Amino acid sequence: MRTDALVEMLARGAGAVDRAAAARRVLIALAVALVPTLVLMQLLYGVRPTLAQDAARWMFWAKAAFVAAIALAGWAATLRLGRPGAALERLRWLLIAPLAAMWLLAVIELLRAADGGRGAVVLGQTWRECPFRIAILSLPAFAALFWAMRECAPTRLRLAGAAAGLCAGGVGALVYTFHCPELAASFLGVWYVIGMLIPAAAGAALGPRLLRW
Amino acid sequence: MSDEQERLRGLLARGLDGDEAAYRGFLDGLVVRLRAFLRRRLTRAPDEVEDLLQEILLAVHNQRHSYDPAQPLTAWLHAIARYKLVDCLRRRGRRELLHDALDDAPELLAAADEEARDARRDLAKLLQTLPPRQRLPIECVKLEGLSVAEAAHRLAMSESAVKVGVHRGLKALAAKIRDDA
Repeated sequence: MRTDALVEMLARGAGAVDRAAAARRVLIALAVALVPTLVLMQLLYGVRPTLAQDAARWMFWAKAAFVAAIALAGWAATLRLGRPGAALERLRWLLIAPLAAMWLLAVIELLRAADGGRGAVVLGQTWRECPFRIAILSLPAFAALFWAMRECAPTRLRLAGAAAGLCAGGVGALVYTFHCPELAASFLGVWYVIGMLIPAAAGAALGPRLLRW
Repeated sequence: MSDEQERLRGLLARGLDGDEAAYRGFLDGLVVRLRAFLRRRLTRAPDEVEDLLQEILLAVHNQRHSYDPAQPLTAWLHAIARYKLVDCLRRRGRRELLHDALDDAPELLAAADEEARDARRDLAKLLQTLPPRQRLPIECVKLEGLSVAEAAHRLAMSESAVKVGVHRGLKALAAKIRDDA
């Protein structure tokens, strides 16, 4: 086929395009993924009985806001990376701000803690399970986002995979807050971050293979 | 050059809103600029130029929904062209050509080259290898020029199935190009 014939073929009947389709697909994917994530959380770990009391503490909401902000940053980066040549620079603040805020809270908390008790604050009750559980709960959102990305056109596949993985990690962590008893900022700043980085790293590893177009 | 960018951007924006003549004008303008760009980049592999040009055109078409009119057109086009260029050279084991190939975006529309060569890969033949539910809608709508409604009637498919068949078929064609070299 000659190139001018190809142009003719592509142009003919091309019609109007729905520019919001990719963004909508990503949102739908995330919404759909929430259901199996909640089921998985209930089956594997269960909603904590003291959830109602914890919800009266501001740190519970700060924790939810922290992981939701990470999910939001990953979501925004995923959409941005789905457009060839789109600028990313300003987006990094969306990621840095919640991390910096949580780490600042952690420093204040550790300065106030008694000498000798700081290690126990950072490790909490559940540091061994926490990152792994967040990674498990990120699986539905991870699969859904990679499916949705097939309608996008990422040209930096490793980075796009990492962004989608980070978003999935944020969603997993958000749902995990229904179970998790930990409310110390230094715990969240370490173990939650590691938990969300596991799917991000998996996304970076799989991106070049799964997101090619 | 930036005049050309503005002209093409206007054509593409109208094309995305459904103006077929404007969209054809955008693709025509893109072809001559992209050919000149690729020919300068691939001086040591001139026989790759027309195939790669066609592959990039198909990619631009398949991903045209991802263009945000607030974004510079050259940045978008360059990212797609570069992605396909790198991918093509990598799978052909010609990485040594890469360092000539990766230049900055503003040059993308700088020159024009109207002299088409023969592509080595025949997309018409590759089209024949698609499954019927994709191939038939493409033949009716994109080659014969039937409307979606007419094609749906002839193929006894719903209109949305015709649209989906065209859309998925052109994406499958791009995947076949990617995997065949």
